[in-house]
Amino acid sequence: MATTTEATQPAGGEATATTEVAHGEGHGAFPPFDSSTFPSQILWLAIAFGLLYLLMSRIALPRMASVLDARSDRLTSDIDAANRLKGESDAVAAAYEQALAEARNNASGIAQKARDAAKAEADAKRAEAEASGAAKLADAEAAIVAAKAKAMSGVGAIAADTADAIVKSFAVATATKSEIEQAVKAALAK
Amino acid sequence: MAGTADRVDPIHQFHIVDLFQIGQIGGMKFAFTNSALFMLIAVALSFLLLYAGSAPRALVPGRFQSVAEEFYSFVHNLVRQVLGEEGKAFFPFIFCLFAFVLFTNFLGLIPYFFTVTSQLVITGTLALFIILMVLVVGLAKHGLKFFGLFVPHGVPIFLLPFISLIEIISFLARPVSLSLRLFGNMLAGHIVLKVFAGFIVSLAGLGFGGWIGAIGPLFMTVAITALEFLVAALQAFVFAVLACVYLKDALHPHH
Repeated sequence: MATTTEATQPAGGEATATTEVAHGEGHGAFPPFDSSTFPSQILWLAIAFGLLYLLMSRIALPRMASVLDARSDRLTSDIDAANRLKGESDAVAAAYEQALAEARNNASGIAQKARDAAKAEADAKRAEAEASGAAKLADAEAAIVAAKAKAMSGVGAIAADTADAIVKSFAVATATKSEIEQAVKAALAK
Repeated sequence: MAGTADRVDPIHQFHIVDLFQIGQIGGMKFAFTNSALFMLIAVALSFLLLYAGSAPRALVPGRFQSVAEEFYSFVHNLVRQVLGEEGKAFFPFIFCLFAFVLFTNFLGLIPYFFTVTSQLVITGTLALFIILMVLVVGLAKHGLKFFGLFVPHGVPIFLLPFISLIEIISFLARPVSLSLRLFGNMLAGHIVLKVFAGFIVSLAGLGFGGWIGAIGPLFMTVAITALEFLVAALQAFVFAVLACVYLKDALHPHH
C-alpha cells in the first residue's frame, strides 16, 4: 500500500501534499483500522456527541415537545368544546322533542275532551228528546184511551137512546130502558 | 489525489486527514480531522433542523416544521414503544444517537464528503458507550439482580450453566455486532459505489466503445446510490432500535 501511494504521488503533484502526510503517518494501513487516528476521532466524537446531547436535551427537544404539547392541548380542548356543544345541542333537541310530544299529547287530549263533551251533550239532548217524546206519546195514548173509553161509553148510551127512540117511534113493542140497555150491551159484546 | 488522474482508489475516501494539529499527549496525537469536521457539521445540521423546525410554532405545520416534527415523533414513539414510560429519561440520548448516525450517514452520501460512520473507531466507541450505559443503568436500578438477565426463566437446572454462558457471550457480542453492522454497511456501500463509479471513468477513457460500455456501471452507480440512501436511513434506525432494546434489558432484566 505504501509503495503504491508513493508511486502515484508524483503524478498528483501539489494536491497530494496533505494526503501524503496522512498516508505516511498511517503507515499504509487500511484507514479505518489505523490506530494512530483513534485518539483524535474519539476525542472529537466525545466533543461532537456531547455537544449534540447538550443542544438537543436542553434546547431543541424541549422546544419541539412544547410545540407538540401545545397542539395536542389545543386539539383536546377543541374536541372537549365540540363535545360539550354537541351535548348542549343534543339536550336542546331532546327538550324540543319532548315539548313537541307533550303538545301532541295535549292536543289529542283536548280533542278527545271536546269530542267527549260534544258526545255527552248530544246524548243528553237525545235522551231528553226521547224522554219528552215518550211522555207526549204516553199522554196522547192516555188521551186516546180516555177518548175511546168515553166514546165507547157514549156509543152505548147513543145506541140505547137511538134504539129506544126507534122502538118508541115504531111503538110496536115497548121495551123498558133497562131491557134495551141489556140488549145493546149484548149487541156490543158481539 | 483527485482519483480521476490515475486509477481510482476506493479506499482513499476513508483516509483520516488532519486539518490542523492540536497536540500530543503521551504518544497519542490529537488533531482536528476531516471526520471531526463532518461530525460537527452533522451536529449543527441536526440541531438546526429541530431548532428551526420548532421555530414557527404553527398549529398547522408547514413542510419544514412537519419534517422536524415527524423526526421528533418518530424517535419519541420508538422510545415509548420499546422502553415504555420509564424510558423517557433516555429519549434525548436515543434521539441524539439516531440523529448523529442518520446525519453522518447522509452527509457521507454527498460526493467528496467524509463518511464518519465508516470509521470503526466511531461506531465502536458509540456501541461500547451504549453497552456501558446498559451496565451502569442496570446495576444502578437493580443491583446484582441485573445479572438475572443471564439466567432465563423456565430453563431446566442442568441446562442453566450452558444457557447462561450463551447469554453472557451474546451480551458481550452486542457491542461488536452493533458497531460492525453500521461500520460494515457504510464501508462496503461506499467502496462498491466508488468501484462502480471508477468503472465509468476507466471505461470512458477508452474512447467511443468505452462510452457505450460505461452505461452499465452508470446505471449501477445510480441504483446503488439509491440503495445507499435506504441503507443510511435503515442503519441509523437499526442502531437506535438496538440501543433501545439493549437499554430495555437494563430497565427490565427479567424478560
